[in-house]
Amino acid sequence: MSDNGCGFPAPGLHSFLFKPMATVGGFEFNKVMLLALVTTVLVIAFFWAAFGNAKVVPGKLQMIGEAGYDFVRRGIVYETLGKREGEKWVPLMVSLFFFIWLMNIWSVIPLAQFPVASVFAFPLVLALLVWVLWVGLTFKRHGFVGFFKNITGYDKSLGAVLPLVMVIEFFSNLFVRPFTHAVRLFANMFAGHLMLVMFTIASWYLLNSWMIPAAGISFVMTMAMICFELFVQAVQAYVFVLLACSYIQGALAEHH
Amino acid sequence: MIANLAQLAAEETEQNPLIPAGPELLVGTIAFAIVFFFFWKKLLPNINKVLEERRAAIEGGIEEADAMKVEAQSVLEQYKAQLAEARHEAARLRQEAQEQGAALIAEMRAEGQRQREEIVAAGHSQIEADRKAAAGALRQDVGKLATDLAGKLVGESLEDHARQSRVIDRFLDELEEKAEATR
Repeated sequence: MSDNGCGFPAPGLHSFLFKPMATVGGFEFNKVMLLALVTTVLVIAFFWAAFGNAKVVPGKLQMIGEAGYDFVRRGIVYETLGKREGEKWVPLMVSLFFFIWLMNIWSVIPLAQFPVASVFAFPLVLALLVWVLWVGLTFKRHGFVGFFKNITGYDKSLGAVLPLVMVIEFFSNLFVRPFTHAVRLFANMFAGHLMLVMFTIASWYLLNSWMIPAAGISFVMTMAMICFELFVQAVQAYVFVLLACSYIQGALAEHH
Repeated sequence: MIANLAQLAAEETEQNPLIPAGPELLVGTIAFAIVFFFFWKKLLPNINKVLEERRAAIEGGIEEADAMKVEAQSVLEQYKAQLAEARHEAARLRQEAQEQGAALIAEMRAEGQRQREEIVAAGHSQIEADRKAAAGALRQDVGKLATDLAGKLVGESLEDHARQSRVIDRFLDELEEKAEATR
């Protein structure tokens, strides 16, 4: 930590801690939870406005909604799972994409200014949900033995190294995969938030006498980071859903 | 300030960002479950229905256009057929007129021929009648002249008319027979 006495309030893990806003029966409700719930409300509100009274000849809002829906449906789900198998996964993937995207966007919204996904619990529940569905589907499709063959990458042609491969694949698929799935989203948002906070604080902190040019640079960096974060937020939502689809696709595949 | 930072640092050593807090897991689950529920039950079925309707409408439009194209094609063919038929009919009429004209001319020619023949025949019969009348008159005159001459030569009047004419007639008949025979 910056302990050199200059008093720069450097961002750190404490930037991801929030004092409870309200405590209901021992349940501490904080800003991140509020943002998560507002995300829910906003996603539903937007798509309700767009699709609630959908018309064959769409209005502007419906067109935007359809573009987003089509992007996930065709661009991700049909691409990976195919139209026939993918159809029933569309609602899940569409919900995941827009929920995650908006959770991320909070990062650059004034007053909120915090990506919900940078708190590990939120990406984790979503990754676990995908994991449970994936494991369940693999069992259902391949049976008990087929399940183990599927997740251990059983392949006789590997010969002597097969046991080693199977052990690695088993752990990789069953335990590491949901973790990395969640961490990928979490870490991106976490790091992005740290950078944003860092440059934002610096551009304020450096705003005195001969440091002013440095403050200017810091401010420009803040703006640049906001643009970059907007990009990363969308990409991470996309990647999360794409990975979810590819895991499901692995469960549907006949041979691993 | 330093005490404050130290306290923050102490908090940070306790805080592991990879250990999720129970309440946050719960809220995250609920928040997503609600989103999913609305998408699954209401919003996506809604838009899918409309997209399906739109697809049907577009396909219907295409079908309609196809039907119209087919109809236009059939009408065009009908017109073409009618036009060809009309041309054919006109050609037929022209041919017929030609044939009729030719027939008319032939008929008129035949008629003319017939009339000419009639006229010629009438002329011939007239000539024949005239000749017969002339022959009759000649016969009388010749008879009379002959008897007059004979009377003068004989010196006696051969006035007995009945006998006279019988003799003359017989003479002339003989003459005619001779003429017939020599012809």
